[in-house]
Parts: sequence; C-alpha cells; structure tokens
Amino acid sequence: MSDHSKSSPLKTYFSVWVALLAGTFLTYKAAFIELGRFNAAVALIIATIKALLVALFFMHLKGAHERLLKLVVISTIFFLFILIVLSMADYGTRTWS
Amino acid sequence: MSDSTVLGLHHEEEHHPELLHHFVDAQQQRDASSLGMWIFLATEVMFFGGLFCSYLIYRRWYFGDFGAASKSIDATLGATNTAVLICSSLTVVLAIWAAQTARRTLLIGTLILTMLFGLAFLGIKGKEYKDKFDEHHVPGASFSFDHVPVPGHPDQYANPRHAEIFFALYFIMTGLHALHMIVGLGVFSWLLYMAWKGHFTPEYHTPLEIGGLYWHFVDIVWIYLFPLLYLIDRHP
Repeated sequence: MSDHSKSSPLKTYFSVWVALLAGTFLTYKAAFIELGRFNAAVALIIATIKALLVALFFMHLKGAHERLLKLVVISTIFFLFILIVLSMADYGTRTWS
Repeated sequence: MSDSTVLGLHHEEEHHPELLHHFVDAQQQRDASSLGMWIFLATEVMFFGGLFCSYLIYRRWYFGDFGAASKSIDATLGATNTAVLICSSLTVVLAIWAAQTARRTLLIGTLILTMLFGLAFLGIKGKEYKDKFDEHHVPGASFSFDHVPVPGHPDQYANPRHAEIFFALYFIMTGLHALHMIVGLGVFSWLLYMAWKGHFTPEYHTPLEIGGLYWHFVDIVWIYLFPLLYLIDRHP
C-alpha cells in the first residue's frame, strides 16, 4: 500500500460501512413504496452506488495508480455493457413478443 | 559477468524472503498479483453477467409472474444477508489494515469474524432454501405455484411455468453465489492459517489483499442479486 494509507483509513472504512448499511435499508424500504416503473430504477441506482463504494474504497480502486489495472477494470465494465445493453436492445425492441 | 555478480549481490542484500527472483522489487510483485486477480475478476463479471442478462430478458417478458414468484421469498432474510455480507467486507478491510500496522490479534480476530459472517450468510441462505423446498418452489417434478395472484392484478394468477423460470434463475444465481462464498471461506481459512503462523507483515501481506479483492467481489454480486431477486414489485 502506498502513502495514502498512512493517514489512518479507518474513518473511511467505517463511513463506507455505514453508507452501505444505510443503502441496504433504503433499498429495502423503497421496494415497498409504489413508484411505478421507477421502483426498479431506484433499486439499481442504489445497488450501483453501493457497488462503487465497495470497489473504490474497500477494493482500493481509488488511489490505484497502475494504468494496466485501470484498463482491466474499464474494459470489464465496457464488455459487460455490450453484453447487457446490446442484448436488451434486441429483446426490448422485438414487437412480436 | 561482473555485472551479473554485482546485480546478484545487490539482490541478495535486500532480498525479502517472500520476493520471488523474477520480480524487480516487492512493489512490482504486488502489482502483478493484484493485476492477475483483477483479470480473474473480469472473467467472473462476464460469467455472472450472462446470468444477469438472461434474468433481465425473462423478467421483461414475464414481469407479473416474476413479481409473484419474487414475493414468495422472504425479503427480510435477504436484507439481513446483505447486511451480514457488508459487515464481512468491513472486517476484511480491517484485517488488511491490521496487517499493515502489525496488529496480530486484530488481524486474526477480523479474519475469524469474516469467516463467521460468511457462515452466517450460508446459514440464512440454507433456511431460505429449506422454505423453498417446503413450499415446492424448487424447479422440477414437484414444482407447484398454483393460484398465486400477480401483484397489482388480484384477479389474475401467475403462470406456474414462468414462475418456474424465475425460481430456476433464483437457485442458479444464489447457488453459484453461495458456491463462491464457500470457496471464499476456504481461501480465508488458509489466510487465517498464514496469519496464525505470522507470515503477514507490514511489508508483505499480498495474499490478504488478493483474498480480500475476491471477497469484496462476491459482496458486489450479492448487492445486485438482492434487489433483483427479492424486491421485484413488492409494494402493496
């Protein structure tokens, strides 16, 4: 670990932990409120924020300097995007189903 | 020849016991391990990504049936399991911090706590599976999902064949996730053994970081599984 971990990271870890628990509680509560089609959107937005918090602070992507590592992470997200968005663009626009 | 002797000597002087000879220094070795793990995680993202994609396609087609099936799962158990996993992720980062700051008791304590949280997760999961078996919601010959109303349409029953697809996806996705948890528990028992033997120092604790990356990744998969499987169309 490089210099940024020298100043105690404990505060960050515990704040992220509290935020993740709050996010879980919020997802759970929001699911029982009628929001129409926005229920799914709210759930996925909270999940993505939680996933980002874990990746940036717990998996230490924030503060990673290696370019190769960034390349791997970005291309992973890119290929996942292709997989899901292109598939859904197909199935979502089939008028006969 | 003299060059290599000098290099060799130089190498010998500051050679950390864990530094393999084909790496220039500890930082390079650590970066290489971490990069390898991230590439493995990339393959895992694609692996789970395919399942999420098929889930999304069927959910669009059979939204009402998926809603009815999702409602039959205990969302409180799912939320509890999410909290349990989040706590285990916290103990993992604390374990790495303990190794960085040479706190042996904290390191071993947090590793044991992580494994206890992992076991608690599997226990709660087992309870959930047992309920599904009791209710005959496991896809197969004894599957039954008759006369369950579609959320929002009380006059309409869910199609059992479509609900069966939801439960198939539910068991495959949570089952593979649980399998990852079991592998994680194996990895962490090994890390605990290494920590017990005193292998981890502020200079060298790469296995902890690599094992931690894996554990956090499994946590992230669950962060998406929870709302997608347990919380479809829950509102009254």
